[in-house]
Amino acid sequence: MKSESLLIRVGLVIYLVLFFTYLLGPLFLMSITAFNSASFPQVTPWEVLSFEWFSVLFNDQRIISGITNSLIVGFFTVILSVTIGLAGALMLTQIWPKIRATFYTIIIAPILIPGVVLGISTLVFWDRVNVMLGFSNDSFLHNGILLTVLGQSTFIASYCMLVFVARLQRYDVGLTEAALDLGATHVQAFRKIQLPFLAPAMGSAAVLAFLASFENYNTTTFTFQKYPTLTIELAQKVRYGINPSIAALAFIIVCLTIFFALLHEVKNRRAQLAIANGAPIGAVSNGFTMPKFFTGNPAAVSLAVFVVAVVATIGISRVYDPEPAKAVLLKEKRAEQALRIEALQNRMREKRLKKLYKGPDIFGSGNSKVPQAPSKIGAGGVFNPSNLDSASPAKPETPQSPGKGTFGNVFDPGNLNNDN
Amino acid sequence: MSSGVGVDLENMWIKFGDFVAVRDANVNIKGGDFFSFLGPSGCGKTTILRAVSGFLDPSEGNILIGGKNMVGKGPNERPTALIFQNLALFPLMKVWENITFSMEVRGAGRAERQKRADELLEMIALPDQCDKLPSELSGGQKQRVAIARALCAQPDVLLLDEPLSALDLKLRQHMRTELREIQQRVGITFIYITHDQGEALTMSDSVAVMREGTIDQIAKGKSIYDDPSTAFVASFVGENNVFRGKVNSITNGHAIISTNRSGELRARVSSAASGTLKVGDDSMMFIRPEALNIAEKNSDTHNNIVAKVRHSEFEGQSYNVFLEGSEGKEMKMALINRGEARLYDPGVELVLEYDANQAVALPAGELASE
Amino acid sequence: MKKGILEEYFRRNGKLMGWGLLLAVGFWVVVLIILPQISMLDFSFRNHLPPPEIGGPKDTYTLANYQYLIFGAQGNEEGYNKVDLLVFVRTLVAAAFVTILDLLLCYPIAYYLGQSKGGGYVRILVLLLIIPYWINEILRAFAFRIIFGDSGVINEFMLLFGLIDSPVDFIRANIALYAGLGYAYILLMIFPIYNVIESLDRNQIEAARDMGASWTMIHRRVVIPYAKPGISSGCTMVFMLSAGALAAPQILGGPSSLWFTQLIYQWFNQGGNWTQGSAYAVVLLVTCIIIVLSVMRLFKVNMGDIGK
Repeated sequence: MKSESLLIRVGLVIYLVLFFTYLLGPLFLMSITAFNSASFPQVTPWEVLSFEWFSVLFNDQRIISGITNSLIVGFFTVILSVTIGLAGALMLTQIWPKIRATFYTIIIAPILIPGVVLGISTLVFWDRVNVMLGFSNDSFLHNGILLTVLGQSTFIASYCMLVFVARLQRYDVGLTEAALDLGATHVQAFRKIQLPFLAPAMGSAAVLAFLASFENYNTTTFTFQKYPTLTIELAQKVRYGINPSIAALAFIIVCLTIFFALLHEVKNRRAQLAIANGAPIGAVSNGFTMPKFFTGNPAAVSLAVFVVAVVATIGISRVYDPEPAKAVLLKEKRAEQALRIEALQNRMREKRLKKLYKGPDIFGSGNSKVPQAPSKIGAGGVFNPSNLDSASPAKPETPQSPGKGTFGNVFDPGNLNNDN
Repeated sequence: MSSGVGVDLENMWIKFGDFVAVRDANVNIKGGDFFSFLGPSGCGKTTILRAVSGFLDPSEGNILIGGKNMVGKGPNERPTALIFQNLALFPLMKVWENITFSMEVRGAGRAERQKRADELLEMIALPDQCDKLPSELSGGQKQRVAIARALCAQPDVLLLDEPLSALDLKLRQHMRTELREIQQRVGITFIYITHDQGEALTMSDSVAVMREGTIDQIAKGKSIYDDPSTAFVASFVGENNVFRGKVNSITNGHAIISTNRSGELRARVSSAASGTLKVGDDSMMFIRPEALNIAEKNSDTHNNIVAKVRHSEFEGQSYNVFLEGSEGKEMKMALINRGEARLYDPGVELVLEYDANQAVALPAGELASE
Repeated sequence: MKKGILEEYFRRNGKLMGWGLLLAVGFWVVVLIILPQISMLDFSFRNHLPPPEIGGPKDTYTLANYQYLIFGAQGNEEGYNKVDLLVFVRTLVAAAFVTILDLLLCYPIAYYLGQSKGGGYVRILVLLLIIPYWINEILRAFAFRIIFGDSGVINEFMLLFGLIDSPVDFIRANIALYAGLGYAYILLMIFPIYNVIESLDRNQIEAARDMGASWTMIHRRVVIPYAKPGISSGCTMVFMLSAGALAAPQILGGPSSLWFTQLIYQWFNQGGNWTQGSAYAVVLLVTCIIIVLSVMRLFKVNMGDIGK
């Protein structure tokens, strides 16, 4: 019996480790490639620690305009889908019972309909409307932002609806009735009583909607027209040649995600501790001392470590100059290249010339220590002077900061139950 | 404060699909009265209240408040304020905001509202609590805040939906007195819904007893108790011993009932049944436990019953004696505690007597289930 | 009766709120959900015409678009459109494979999390589960491309230890695709199962163990029957999303293996043949509806269980 339970335990630990490696490993490795100076995102062979891909990222006009478009689309999608999602949830609570199941099926269906189908049907429908109304080909009905917002809201509203339904289940209709009874109009009762009650759910729904909109690809890819969002731009880049600046972007997103996740966890944990200690939350948040703050709060410790690490990274990137190391590497490479070219020439004498420009690793395969094909050196030469390097490290936070507020409540466990 | 606006229900029916929740209700509530609807849960009393406050309209008939027909008007257009069973205090608002919500929706300024809130808090004896949230109050305090909130709207009619049911016994009794005092002070019409006959009888000027959508009796508390108009009212309000049988004879408003198991007994015919109860009819006769007493001797008249003691219990103000008559007929007798030891041993045979004026004869009908 | 309901509705909500609600819900249901689907269906039965001729005499109904999917272009010698049909079937089979993969992968962790009694440690694990989910879909696929590429970590690693002589082409073998798709929808499998298992009374398991049931027995007879709504809900979601995925196949798919959504994409964005693309989209939609309905019928799950 004992050996069996030990076996299960060991098995469990191995399974957990493997599972989380699968889950987090790819993100970790991808983040690392952002700091490798090699022009193809790779962990091995490691060239030189470099921050240049961040500056490449921030000077990429298409990425910047993609972010702008994503923010615009996200803003309107949040407004539209939170509104109609709320209306759908309110309707669901009071609809005639006989058609409630049908109604629910209709408004939940967009979650199950493939995203491409939603994109196509939106595109086709508004195109037909456009033709029917006799508008020209570039009328507002063909506007990529409008179409994308409509297409995305179709299913994002369903997510929002689920969030609201969960919250509304705990709402006492008596409160609205009490307000009406005290002379409030229906609008006043909604605005002063029901809406404040729904406020947390609205926050969750808005964050959920924004994130869903921001990362949507399947629907948007049919509707974006002249306004590619960040996701569309990324997809284009990834499909037609990849470079580590995308990894740099991913790294920033991973960091922001972890930061807000931990922040949220810390807040939750603190509230829990406060409740456990029997003190009102306000008292604890004002008066706690640092050591107490950390006790029994692993999330807080992680958050602190994380922030220190990020600050340290940024600090290092400010003073760190990869050029000397790069120069050394370049020298080595040149020497190596000379040897290789010689060898190659020898080989070429025997064989016919092959096309070299195939993959970055055409030469690396035989020799794990020798990093780059000759063609890569050219790309390495693109590495630009230190002025970019010193500018880049400070940047990572700035362009993202508008997004910070919106990420707020994502990790509310309440949402999690609803977003799947 | 406004002085007494009456409420009239005229031939009011309320149906939900095929289900009849309220059947032909006719009620005239005088202005300034404390009026109770008393009945078991599901009898339609809350439905009546919701119709008066405007959350639903009657299927037929009219609701008049102060002589004006209210049918078709929403709850925010009626001069009523409702105190909900669960109170429905707004959880996110402070006490003073709760109380003055009706002023807020009318656009009153903050200073004015706070002043009014202080006055009302003073009245309900909760000063210095204005900045608390409802969740920080005790049950009784919430109760008072709900009352203050309703009064702040300056309604002509205050509707109360079992507001005391969540409180413990002591507090409930205390709040009864307090509610009655408040009602007399503000002088407006109170309509009170309850399933607790004690509440209805202690507070009300008039009580309507309801059974499955029908109003069985509307009268003052004493009449409801002493002169019930149906078997249901007799069995629902207070405790009663029931004797089934047939009417043997009726003379001078008194009937001799030949009961199934306890022989012939005399009872006063209820005023509601006088004229309708005929010789030979199926009848029910009710004697309250406290109307029974121990006779000196068996004089073999129509107001004596012989029974054996099963067991007895001491309840403080009275002794309850549970008895078994012939053929196992169960009875209960309550004897006021006047200091004598009146716990009888099981098996002792007693002769009981009662005043025929305190026994009521009614046509046979449905009894209230426990 | 109908009038009564409307009256009741406006009494509850008031004129302004009532109309506002109706308008918003109507816009969503009619303009965003129903009309576009009908419009797409209608479009799929039309001839492919240049814009000026749309609505003209040539704009008639036809089955040509569907015939093309089954029989191929006219004059096709093989009789059937083998290429596209194969893609269609392969997409469904692969999606089913990904679903099963995810179920096997996620059931143990969902069970573990659902049965452990909260605590900071479990909360952190849950947090770790969620983090990848908020990373952009494209970036997740990108990460897998880095890992599974010719010079990716796995190939480099295996070469270093001499496990292989030359890089394995994971992309061509679709391993990267399956890994990436499975990865993308892990959370959608875990949470429905986790939610159900969390509500399972621990005592049931202990009672079963007390009666001498083995671990496999406990799961087969107690846990899995109980978790069935969660499992089928998770499977439905993962299957639908895998079958409808576009980004992962585009980024991680091998050059020779297409996903059905990619065909649709090609008709729209490269072929410019919207009617043909619509027909393909309708086929995808109808297939998905049929599969969802039959799974729900098979496992006796309600629509209400989906989306919990």
